[in-house]
Amino acid sequence: MIHLQNIRKRFRRPDGGWFDAVCDTSLSIGAGEVFGLIGFSGAGKSTLLRLINLLERPDGGAVIVAGQDLTALDAKALRRARQQLGMVFQQFNLMANRTVAGNIAFPLEIAGWSAADIASRVAECLEIVGLADRAEHYPAQLSGGQKQRVGIARALAPRPKVILADEPTSALDPKTTQSILDCLKDINQRFGVTVVIVTHEMHVVRSICHRAAVLDAGSVVEVVEVNGAEVDARSALARSLLEAA
Amino acid sequence: MEELTFAAALTDLASMAPEIWQACRETALMLAVGLVAAIALGGPLGIVLYLSQPGQLFANRWVNGLLGWTVNLVRSFPFIILMVSLVPLTRLIVGSTIGPVAAAVPLSFAAIPYFARLVEQTLREIPRGVVEAAEAMGASPMQIIVKVLLNEARSGLISSLTILTISFLSYSAVAGVVGGGGIGDLAIRYGYYRFQTDVMVAMVLLLVLIVQIIQFAGNRLASRLDKR
Ligand SMILES: Nc1ncnc2c1ncn2[C@@H]1O[C@H](COP(=O)(O)OP(=O)(O)OP(=O)(O)O)[C@@H](O)[C@H]1O
Ligand SMILES: [Mg+2]
Repeated sequence: MIHLQNIRKRFRRPDGGWFDAVCDTSLSIGAGEVFGLIGFSGAGKSTLLRLINLLERPDGGAVIVAGQDLTALDAKALRRARQQLGMVFQQFNLMANRTVAGNIAFPLEIAGWSAADIASRVAECLEIVGLADRAEHYPAQLSGGQKQRVGIARALAPRPKVILADEPTSALDPKTTQSILDCLKDINQRFGVTVVIVTHEMHVVRSICHRAAVLDAGSVVEVVEVNGAEVDARSALARSLLEAA
Repeated sequence: MEELTFAAALTDLASMAPEIWQACRETALMLAVGLVAAIALGGPLGIVLYLSQPGQLFANRWVNGLLGWTVNLVRSFPFIILMVSLVPLTRLIVGSTIGPVAAAVPLSFAAIPYFARLVEQTLREIPRGVVEAAEAMGASPMQIIVKVLLNEARSGLISSLTILTISFLSYSAVAGVVGGGGIGDLAIRYGYYRFQTDVMVAMVLLLVLIVQIIQFAGNRLASRLDKR
Protein backbone atom coordinates (compact mmCIF):
# COMPACT_ATOMS: atom_id res chain seq x y z
CA MET A 1 0.00 0.00 0.00
CA ILE A 2 2.79 2.40 0.96
CA HIS A 3 6.28 2.18 -0.47
CA LEU A 4 8.92 4.65 0.55
CA GLN A 5 11.95 4.30 -1.69
CA ASN A 6 15.27 5.84 -0.70
CA ILE A 7 13.61 8.81 0.96
CA ARG A 8 15.80 11.65 2.12
CA LYS A 9 14.82 14.78 3.98
CA ARG A 10 17.02 17.43 5.49
CA PHE A 11 16.30 20.70 7.23
CA ARG A 12 18.23 23.94 7.37
CA ARG A 13 19.77 24.47 10.76
CA PRO A 14 19.75 27.94 12.28
CA ASP A 15 23.53 28.06 11.87
CA GLY A 16 23.09 27.60 8.10
CA GLY A 17 24.17 23.96 7.97
CA TRP A 18 21.97 21.00 7.12
CA PHE A 19 20.38 18.49 9.41
CA ASP A 20 19.45 15.08 8.06
CA ALA A 21 16.06 14.25 9.57
CA VAL A 22 15.53 11.19 7.36
CA CYS A 23 18.45 9.61 5.56
CA ASP A 24 18.01 7.24 2.64
CA THR A 25 15.14 5.25 4.08
CA SER A 26 13.08 2.60 2.37
CA LEU A 27 9.99 1.04 3.87
CA SER A 28 7.05 -1.01 2.62
CA ILE A 29 3.74 -1.12 4.44
CA GLY A 30 1.13 -3.61 3.37
CA ALA A 31 -2.58 -3.00 2.78
CA GLY A 32 -4.62 -3.52 5.94
CA GLU A 33 -1.57 -3.42 8.16
CA VAL A 34 -1.23 -1.46 11.41
CA PHE A 35 2.32 -0.24 11.19
CA GLY A 36 4.19 1.54 13.97
CA LEU A 37 7.00 4.07 13.72
CA ILE A 38 8.82 4.04 17.04
CA GLY A 39 11.93 5.73 18.37
CA PHE A 40 13.15 8.31 20.81
CA SER A 41 12.40 12.00 20.51
CA GLY A 42 14.04 13.57 17.49
CA ALA A 43 14.52 10.23 15.70
CA GLY A 44 12.56 11.49 12.70
CA LYS A 45 9.27 9.66 13.26
CA SER A 46 7.00 12.60 12.58
CA THR A 47 9.05 13.68 9.61
CA LEU A 48 8.84 10.20 8.11
CA LEU A 49 5.07 10.10 8.64
CA ARG A 50 4.61 13.55 7.11
CA LEU A 51 6.63 12.44 4.11
CA ILE A 52 3.93 9.84 3.36
CA ASN A 53 1.30 12.50 2.56
CA LEU A 54 3.90 14.97 1.39
CA LEU A 55 3.30 17.48 4.17
CA GLU A 56 7.08 17.37 3.93
CA ARG A 57 8.46 17.07 0.43
CA PRO A 58 11.38 14.62 0.24
CA ASP A 59 14.70 15.88 -1.11
CA GLY A 60 15.09 12.56 -2.88
CA GLY A 61 13.34 9.23 -3.36
CA ALA A 62 9.80 8.20 -4.21
CA VAL A 63 6.64 8.04 -2.10
CA ILE A 64 4.30 5.48 -3.62
CA VAL A 65 0.84 5.17 -2.12
CA ALA A 66 -1.72 2.81 -3.67
CA GLY A 67 0.45 2.48 -6.76
CA GLN A 68 0.78 6.22 -7.31
CA ASP A 69 4.04 8.14 -6.95
CA LEU A 70 2.91 11.19 -4.97
CA THR A 71 6.10 13.12 -5.65
CA ALA A 72 5.25 13.11 -9.36
CA LEU A 73 1.80 14.66 -8.94
CA ASP A 74 0.90 18.30 -9.56
CA ALA A 75 -0.77 20.33 -6.81
CA LYS A 76 -4.31 19.45 -7.81
CA ALA A 77 -3.68 15.72 -8.21
CA LEU A 78 -1.84 15.71 -4.88
CA ARG A 79 -4.88 17.24 -3.18
CA ARG A 80 -7.05 14.48 -4.61
CA ALA A 81 -4.58 11.85 -3.47
CA ARG A 82 -4.51 13.33 0.02
CA GLN A 83 -8.24 12.81 0.30
CA GLN A 84 -7.40 9.11 0.36
CA LEU A 85 -5.00 9.61 3.27
CA GLY A 86 -6.58 10.52 6.59
CA MET A 87 -4.44 12.08 9.28
CA VAL A 88 -4.79 12.13 13.07
CA PHE A 89 -2.74 14.50 15.22
CA GLN A 90 -1.42 14.52 18.75
CA GLN A 91 -2.96 17.95 19.37
CA PHE A 92 -6.21 16.95 17.58
CA ASN A 93 -6.16 20.09 15.39
CA LEU A 94 -9.92 20.39 15.27
CA MET A 95 -11.59 23.57 14.08
CA ALA A 96 -12.84 25.34 17.20
CA ASN A 97 -15.65 27.19 15.42
CA ARG A 98 -17.16 24.08 13.86
CA THR A 99 -19.28 21.59 15.70
CA VAL A 100 -18.24 17.96 15.99
CA ALA A 101 -20.42 17.17 12.98
CA GLY A 102 -19.01 20.18 11.13
CA ASN A 103 -15.46 19.01 11.73
CA ILE A 104 -16.20 15.54 10.41
CA ALA A 105 -18.02 17.05 7.43
CA PHE A 106 -15.03 19.19 6.49
CA PRO A 107 -13.04 16.67 4.43
CA LEU A 108 -16.24 15.67 2.65
CA GLU A 109 -17.02 19.29 1.75
CA ILE A 110 -13.48 19.55 0.43
CA ALA A 111 -14.03 16.46 -1.69
CA GLY A 112 -17.26 17.90 -3.08
CA TRP A 113 -19.80 15.49 -1.58
CA SER A 114 -23.48 16.41 -1.68
CA ALA A 115 -25.13 17.70 1.50
CA ALA A 116 -27.25 14.55 1.86
CA ASP A 117 -24.27 12.22 1.45
CA ILE A 118 -22.29 14.30 3.93
CA ALA A 119 -25.07 14.15 6.53
CA SER A 120 -25.42 10.38 6.36
CA ARG A 121 -21.68 9.74 6.31
CA VAL A 122 -21.12 12.07 9.28
CA ALA A 123 -23.81 10.23 11.24
CA GLU A 124 -22.17 6.91 10.34
CA CYS A 125 -18.72 8.07 11.47
CA LEU A 126 -20.09 9.51 14.71
CA GLU A 127 -21.61 6.11 15.37
CA ILE A 128 -18.32 4.33 14.66
CA VAL A 129 -16.38 6.43 17.19
CA GLY A 130 -19.23 6.42 19.72
CA LEU A 131 -20.02 10.13 19.72
CA ALA A 132 -23.49 10.11 18.17
CA ASP A 133 -24.85 12.20 21.06
CA ARG A 134 -22.21 14.91 20.66
CA ALA A 135 -22.81 15.93 17.04
CA GLU A 136 -23.76 19.52 17.85
CA HIS A 137 -21.13 20.11 20.53
CA TYR A 138 -18.11 22.29 19.90
CA PRO A 139 -14.58 20.91 20.47
CA ALA A 140 -14.15 23.18 23.52
CA GLN A 141 -16.96 21.23 25.19
CA LEU A 142 -15.22 17.85 24.79
CA SER A 143 -12.61 15.92 26.77
CA GLY A 144 -9.26 15.10 25.20
CA GLY A 145 -10.31 11.54 24.42
CA GLN A 146 -13.53 12.73 22.80
CA LYS A 147 -11.62 15.27 20.74
CA GLN A 148 -9.36 12.54 19.46
CA ARG A 149 -12.40 10.44 18.53
CA VAL A 150 -13.60 13.37 16.47
CA GLY A 151 -10.13 13.53 14.91
CA ILE A 152 -10.37 9.86 14.00
CA ALA A 153 -13.91 10.20 12.65
CA ARG A 154 -12.77 13.15 10.54
CA ALA A 155 -9.87 11.12 9.13
CA LEU A 156 -12.16 8.18 8.44
CA ALA A 157 -15.01 10.13 6.83
CA PRO A 158 -13.84 10.20 3.19
CA ARG A 159 -13.30 6.41 3.31
CA PRO A 160 -9.50 6.65 3.05
CA LYS A 161 -7.26 3.72 2.27
CA VAL A 162 -4.75 4.89 4.84
CA ILE A 163 -4.84 6.71 8.17
CA LEU A 164 -1.66 8.38 9.37
CA ALA A 165 -1.56 9.01 13.12
CA ASP A 166 1.15 11.08 14.81
CA GLU A 167 1.26 10.18 18.51
CA PRO A 168 -2.54 10.17 18.70
CA THR A 169 -2.54 9.18 22.36
CA SER A 170 0.38 11.15 23.77
CA ALA A 171 -1.85 13.93 25.11
CA LEU A 172 -4.15 11.46 26.86
CA ASP A 173 -4.21 9.51 30.12
CA PRO A 174 -3.56 5.72 30.07
CA LYS A 175 -7.21 4.68 30.19
CA THR A 176 -8.25 7.04 27.42
CA THR A 177 -5.17 5.96 25.46
CA GLN A 178 -6.38 2.38 25.48
CA SER A 179 -9.84 3.34 24.27
CA ILE A 180 -8.40 5.38 21.39
CA LEU A 181 -6.10 2.51 20.42
CA ASP A 182 -9.08 0.14 20.50
CA CYS A 183 -10.97 2.54 18.29
CA LEU A 184 -8.14 2.59 15.71
CA LYS A 185 -7.84 -1.19 15.87
CA ASP A 186 -11.56 -1.56 15.35
CA ILE A 187 -11.45 0.68 12.27
CA ASN A 188 -8.53 -1.26 10.89
CA GLN A 189 -10.33 -4.58 11.35
CA ARG A 190 -13.79 -3.51 10.18
CA PHE A 191 -12.82 -1.41 7.18
CA GLY A 192 -9.38 -2.75 6.31
CA VAL A 193 -7.87 0.74 6.55
CA THR A 194 -4.09 0.71 6.67
CA VAL A 195 -2.91 2.54 9.79
CA VAL A 196 0.53 4.07 10.25
CA ILE A 197 1.02 5.18 13.83
CA VAL A 198 3.90 7.15 15.32
CA THR A 199 4.66 6.52 18.97
CA HIS A 200 7.49 6.54 21.44
CA GLU A 201 5.79 3.93 23.60
CA MET A 202 6.38 0.24 23.04
CA HIS A 203 3.08 -0.55 24.69
CA VAL A 204 1.24 1.17 21.82
CA VAL A 205 3.13 -1.06 19.40
CA ARG A 206 2.27 -4.12 21.46
CA SER A 207 -1.37 -3.32 21.69
CA ILE A 208 -2.24 -2.57 18.06
CA CYS A 209 0.66 -2.90 15.62
CA HIS A 210 1.35 -5.85 13.34
CA ARG A 211 4.82 -4.54 12.60
CA ALA A 212 6.85 -1.51 13.57
CA ALA A 213 9.93 0.27 12.29
CA VAL A 214 12.43 1.29 14.96
CA LEU A 215 13.96 4.64 14.05
CA ASP A 216 17.12 6.30 15.19
CA ALA A 217 18.76 9.46 13.86
CA GLY A 218 16.69 9.43 10.68
CA SER A 219 17.26 5.78 9.78
CA VAL A 220 15.30 2.57 10.20
CA VAL A 221 17.31 0.42 12.58
CA GLU A 222 15.03 -2.58 12.45
CA VAL A 223 11.52 -3.61 11.46
CA VAL A 224 10.06 -5.69 14.28
CA GLU A 225 7.22 -8.20 14.08
CA VAL A 226 4.57 -8.20 16.77
CA ASN A 227 3.06 -11.60 17.61
CA GLY A 228 0.24 -11.23 20.05
CA ALA A 229 1.84 -8.98 22.61
CA GLU A 230 5.31 -10.40 21.92
CA VAL A 231 7.72 -8.10 20.13
CA ASP A 232 10.45 -9.95 18.34
CA ALA A 233 13.32 -7.45 18.57
CA ARG A 234 17.01 -7.89 17.82
CA SER A 235 18.56 -4.44 17.86
CA ALA A 236 19.80 -2.94 21.10
CA LEU A 237 17.68 0.13 20.50
CA ALA A 238 14.47 -1.87 20.13
CA ARG A 239 15.34 -3.77 23.30
CA SER A 240 15.91 -0.57 25.24
CA LEU A 241 12.55 0.75 24.04
CA LEU A 242 11.01 -2.54 25.17
CA GLU A 243 12.53 -2.14 28.59
CA ALA A 244 11.44 1.47 28.89
CA ALA A 245 7.84 0.37 28.36
CA MET B 1 -22.23 85.41 25.65
CA GLU B 2 -25.73 85.01 27.08
CA GLU B 3 -26.28 82.71 30.01
CA LEU B 4 -26.88 79.11 29.01
CA THR B 5 -29.93 77.44 30.48
CA PHE B 6 -30.89 73.85 29.83
CA ALA B 7 -34.15 74.93 28.23
CA ALA B 8 -32.40 77.42 25.98
CA ALA B 9 -29.91 74.79 24.91
CA LEU B 10 -32.71 72.39 24.04
CA THR B 11 -34.55 74.88 21.84
CA ASP B 12 -31.24 75.82 20.28
CA LEU B 13 -30.50 72.17 19.44
CA ALA B 14 -34.06 71.55 18.30
CA SER B 15 -33.74 74.36 15.80
CA MET B 16 -30.57 72.72 14.52
CA ALA B 17 -32.07 69.26 14.14
CA PRO B 18 -31.86 69.22 10.34
CA GLU B 19 -28.21 70.21 10.45
CA ILE B 20 -27.43 67.57 13.07
CA TRP B 21 -29.20 64.93 11.04
CA GLN B 22 -27.23 66.01 7.98
CA ALA B 23 -23.98 65.72 9.97
CA CYS B 24 -24.90 62.21 11.09
CA ARG B 25 -25.51 61.18 7.51
CA GLU B 26 -22.19 62.63 6.41
CA THR B 27 -20.35 60.78 9.16
CA ALA B 28 -22.15 57.56 8.29
CA LEU B 29 -21.22 57.98 4.62
CA MET B 30 -17.53 58.60 5.35
CA LEU B 31 -17.40 55.61 7.68
CA ALA B 32 -19.28 53.34 5.30
CA VAL B 33 -16.98 54.06 2.37
CA GLY B 34 -13.89 53.73 4.55
CA LEU B 35 -15.04 50.43 6.07
CA VAL B 36 -16.07 48.93 2.74
CA ALA B 37 -12.66 49.81 1.32
CA ALA B 38 -10.98 48.39 4.41
CA ILE B 39 -12.85 45.10 4.16
CA ALA B 40 -12.69 44.75 0.38
CA LEU B 41 -9.02 45.70 -0.05
CA GLY B 42 -7.48 45.67 3.43
CA GLY B 43 -8.92 42.22 4.20
CA PRO B 44 -7.29 40.43 1.25
CA LEU B 45 -4.10 42.41 1.84
CA GLY B 46 -4.04 41.19 5.44
CA ILE B 47 -4.56 37.61 4.28
CA VAL B 48 -1.66 37.90 1.83
CA LEU B 49 0.51 39.45 4.54
CA TYR B 50 -0.28 36.47 6.77
CA LEU B 51 0.12 33.75 4.14
CA SER B 52 3.44 35.12 2.89
CA GLN B 53 5.02 34.96 6.34
CA PRO B 54 7.79 32.44 6.85
CA GLY B 55 6.36 29.01 7.70
CA GLN B 56 2.96 29.78 6.19
CA LEU B 57 1.24 28.42 3.10
CA PHE B 58 2.80 30.87 0.62
CA ALA B 59 5.90 31.85 2.53
CA ASN B 60 7.69 34.44 0.44
CA ARG B 61 10.20 36.77 1.99
CA TRP B 62 10.10 39.32 -0.82
CA VAL B 63 6.33 39.62 -1.11
CA ASN B 64 5.97 39.78 2.66
CA GLY B 65 8.76 42.31 3.04
CA LEU B 66 7.49 44.58 0.27
CA LEU B 67 3.87 44.53 1.42
CA GLY B 68 4.85 44.98 5.06
CA TRP B 69 7.04 47.93 4.17
CA THR B 70 4.28 49.59 2.12
CA VAL B 71 1.72 49.09 4.86
CA ASN B 72 4.08 50.62 7.41
CA LEU B 73 4.79 53.52 5.09
CA VAL B 74 1.12 54.50 4.73
CA ARG B 75 0.49 53.92 8.41
CA SER B 76 3.35 56.18 9.47
CA PHE B 77 1.75 59.28 7.95
CA PRO B 78 -0.14 61.43 10.44
CA PHE B 79 -3.68 61.34 9.10
CA ILE B 80 -3.98 65.04 8.39
CA ILE B 81 -0.77 65.01 6.34
CA LEU B 82 -1.93 61.92 4.47
CA MET B 83 -5.12 63.76 3.68
CA VAL B 84 -3.37 66.79 2.30
CA SER B 85 -0.93 64.67 0.29
CA LEU B 86 -3.83 62.81 -1.25
CA VAL B 87 -5.62 65.91 -2.48
CA PRO B 88 -4.59 65.36 -6.11
CA LEU B 89 -5.70 61.72 -5.97
CA THR B 90 -8.98 62.73 -4.36
CA ARG B 91 -9.64 65.31 -7.05
CA LEU B 92 -8.90 62.68 -9.68
CA ILE B 93 -11.27 60.09 -8.19
CA VAL B 94 -14.12 62.26 -6.89
CA GLY B 95 -13.70 65.41 -8.96
CA SER B 96 -13.75 67.58 -5.85
CA THR B 97 -11.86 67.82 -2.58
CA ILE B 98 -14.69 68.83 -0.29
CA GLY B 99 -17.67 66.91 1.01
CA PRO B 100 -17.95 63.54 2.70
CA VAL B 101 -17.29 61.56 -0.47
CA ALA B 102 -14.02 63.39 -1.03
CA ALA B 103 -13.06 62.90 2.61
CA ALA B 104 -13.77 59.18 2.22
CA VAL B 105 -10.79 58.84 -0.14
CA PRO B 106 -8.03 59.55 2.40
CA LEU B 107 -10.07 57.73 5.04
CA SER B 108 -10.14 54.61 2.89
CA PHE B 109 -6.48 55.03 2.11
CA ALA B 110 -5.67 54.99 5.82
CA ALA B 111 -8.19 52.28 6.65
CA ILE B 112 -6.83 49.71 4.19
CA PRO B 113 -3.37 49.16 5.73
CA TYR B 114 -4.77 49.57 9.23
CA PHE B 115 -7.29 46.79 8.72
CA ALA B 116 -4.72 44.67 6.85
CA ARG B 117 -2.53 44.65 9.96
CA LEU B 118 -5.47 43.86 12.22
CA VAL B 119 -6.43 40.93 9.97
CA GLU B 120 -2.86 39.67 9.89
CA GLN B 121 -2.66 39.78 13.69
CA THR B 122 -5.96 38.00 14.09
CA LEU B 123 -5.06 35.21 11.67
CA ARG B 124 -1.81 34.60 13.52
CA GLU B 125 -3.77 33.36 16.50
CA ILE B 126 -5.03 30.33 14.59
CA PRO B 127 -2.92 27.29 15.53
CA ARG B 128 -0.71 26.22 12.62
CA GLY B 129 -1.78 22.62 13.16
CA VAL B 130 -5.38 23.39 12.23
CA VAL B 131 -4.29 24.78 8.87
CA GLU B 132 -1.98 21.82 8.42
CA ALA B 133 -4.82 19.40 9.10
CA ALA B 134 -6.80 21.04 6.29
CA GLU B 135 -3.78 20.77 4.00
CA ALA B 136 -3.43 17.10 4.87
CA MET B 137 -7.09 16.57 3.97
CA GLY B 138 -6.45 17.95 0.50
CA ALA B 139 -8.01 21.40 0.91
CA SER B 140 -7.13 23.96 -1.77
CA PRO B 141 -5.61 27.31 -0.77
CA MET B 142 -8.95 29.03 -1.38
CA GLN B 143 -10.78 26.47 0.78
CA ILE B 144 -8.20 26.94 3.50
CA ILE B 145 -8.63 30.71 3.43
CA VAL B 146 -12.43 30.71 3.43
CA LYS B 147 -13.35 27.60 5.39
CA VAL B 148 -10.49 27.51 7.86
CA LEU B 149 -8.74 30.85 8.32
CA LEU B 150 -11.69 33.22 8.06
CA ASN B 151 -14.06 30.91 9.90
CA GLU B 152 -11.66 30.20 12.75
CA ALA B 153 -10.76 33.89 13.07
CA ARG B 154 -14.28 35.23 12.64
CA SER B 155 -14.72 36.47 16.19
CA GLY B 156 -11.32 38.19 16.17
CA LEU B 157 -12.13 39.72 12.81
CA ILE B 158 -15.31 41.25 14.19
CA SER B 159 -13.35 42.68 17.11
CA SER B 160 -10.82 44.12 14.66
CA LEU B 161 -13.60 45.69 12.66
CA THR B 162 -15.01 47.22 15.83
CA ILE B 163 -11.64 48.77 16.66
CA LEU B 164 -11.31 50.05 13.10
CA THR B 165 -14.79 51.59 13.11
CA ILE B 166 -14.22 53.44 16.33
CA SER B 167 -10.80 54.75 15.29
CA PHE B 168 -12.26 55.91 12.03
CA LEU B 169 -15.11 57.66 13.69
CA SER B 170 -12.53 59.98 15.17
CA TYR B 171 -10.50 60.14 11.93
CA SER B 172 -13.68 61.16 10.17
CA ALA B 173 -13.98 64.12 12.54
CA VAL B 174 -10.54 65.27 11.41
CA ALA B 175 -11.51 64.73 7.79
CA GLY B 176 -14.65 66.70 8.49
CA VAL B 177 -12.76 69.78 9.55
CA VAL B 178 -11.09 70.15 6.20
CA GLY B 179 -14.32 69.99 4.30
CA GLY B 180 -15.83 66.58 4.84
CA GLY B 181 -18.63 67.61 7.13
CA GLY B 182 -19.99 65.22 9.72
CA ILE B 183 -20.58 65.24 13.45
CA GLY B 184 -17.04 66.20 14.43
CA ASP B 185 -17.08 69.09 12.00
CA LEU B 186 -20.35 70.37 13.40
CA ALA B 187 -18.97 70.22 16.94
CA ILE B 188 -15.92 72.22 15.96
CA ARG B 189 -17.71 74.77 13.77
CA TYR B 190 -20.35 75.67 16.32
CA GLY B 191 -18.72 74.79 19.57
CA TYR B 192 -15.14 75.85 18.93
CA TYR B 193 -15.38 78.68 16.45
CA ARG B 194 -18.75 80.18 17.44
CA PHE B 195 -18.62 79.43 21.16
CA GLN B 196 -21.93 77.56 21.11
CA THR B 197 -20.93 75.24 23.91
CA ASP B 198 -24.30 73.51 23.94
CA VAL B 199 -23.84 72.29 20.37
CA MET B 200 -20.33 71.07 21.07
CA VAL B 201 -21.39 69.22 24.21
CA ALA B 202 -24.34 67.67 22.41
CA MET B 203 -22.16 66.51 19.51
CA VAL B 204 -19.53 65.06 21.82
CA LEU B 205 -22.25 63.23 23.76
CA LEU B 206 -23.59 61.93 20.47
CA LEU B 207 -20.14 60.60 19.54
CA VAL B 208 -19.77 59.02 22.97
CA LEU B 209 -23.11 57.30 22.51
CA ILE B 210 -22.21 56.05 19.02
CA VAL B 211 -18.87 54.66 20.23
CA GLN B 212 -20.57 52.86 23.11
CA ILE B 213 -23.14 51.33 20.79
CA ILE B 214 -20.55 50.19 18.25
CA GLN B 215 -18.37 48.63 20.95
CA PHE B 216 -21.33 46.94 22.60
CA ALA B 217 -22.61 45.52 19.33
CA GLY B 218 -19.10 44.43 18.33
CA ASN B 219 -18.49 42.65 21.62
CA ARG B 220 -21.85 40.92 21.50
CA LEU B 221 -21.38 39.66 17.97
CA ALA B 222 -17.76 38.61 18.59
CA SER B 223 -18.62 36.58 21.65
CA ARG B 224 -21.58 34.95 19.93
CA LEU B 225 -19.32 33.84 17.08
CA ASP B 226 -16.57 32.57 19.37
CA LYS B 227 -16.85 28.84 20.11
CA ARG B 228 -13.30 28.38 21.40
N1 LIG C 1 10.59 22.02 9.94
C1 LIG C 1 11.75 21.68 10.52
N2 LIG C 1 12.81 22.49 10.44
C2 LIG C 1 13.99 22.16 11.01
N3 LIG C 1 14.22 21.01 11.68
C3 LIG C 1 13.19 20.15 11.79
C4 LIG C 1 11.91 20.44 11.22
N4 LIG C 1 11.08 19.40 11.49
C5 LIG C 1 11.80 18.52 12.20
N5 LIG C 1 13.09 18.95 12.37
C6 LIG C 1 14.16 18.25 13.07
O1 LIG C 1 14.22 16.93 12.58
C7 LIG C 1 14.45 16.00 13.63
C8 LIG C 1 13.38 14.94 13.62
O2 LIG C 1 12.13 15.56 13.96
P1 LIG C 1 10.83 14.73 14.14
O3 LIG C 1 9.76 15.70 14.51
O4 LIG C 1 10.59 13.90 12.93
O5 LIG C 1 11.17 13.81 15.37
P2 LIG C 1 10.25 12.82 16.17
O6 LIG C 1 10.91 11.49 16.09
O7 LIG C 1 8.85 12.93 15.71
O8 LIG C 1 10.40 13.37 17.64
P3 LIG C 1 9.27 13.56 18.78
O9 LIG C 1 9.11 12.24 19.44
O10 LIG C 1 9.92 14.56 19.70
O11 LIG C 1 8.04 14.07 18.13
C9 LIG C 1 14.47 16.80 14.92
O12 LIG C 1 15.81 16.97 15.32
C10 LIG C 1 13.87 18.11 14.55
O13 LIG C 1 14.46 19.16 15.27
MG1 LIG D 1 7.04 13.78 16.52
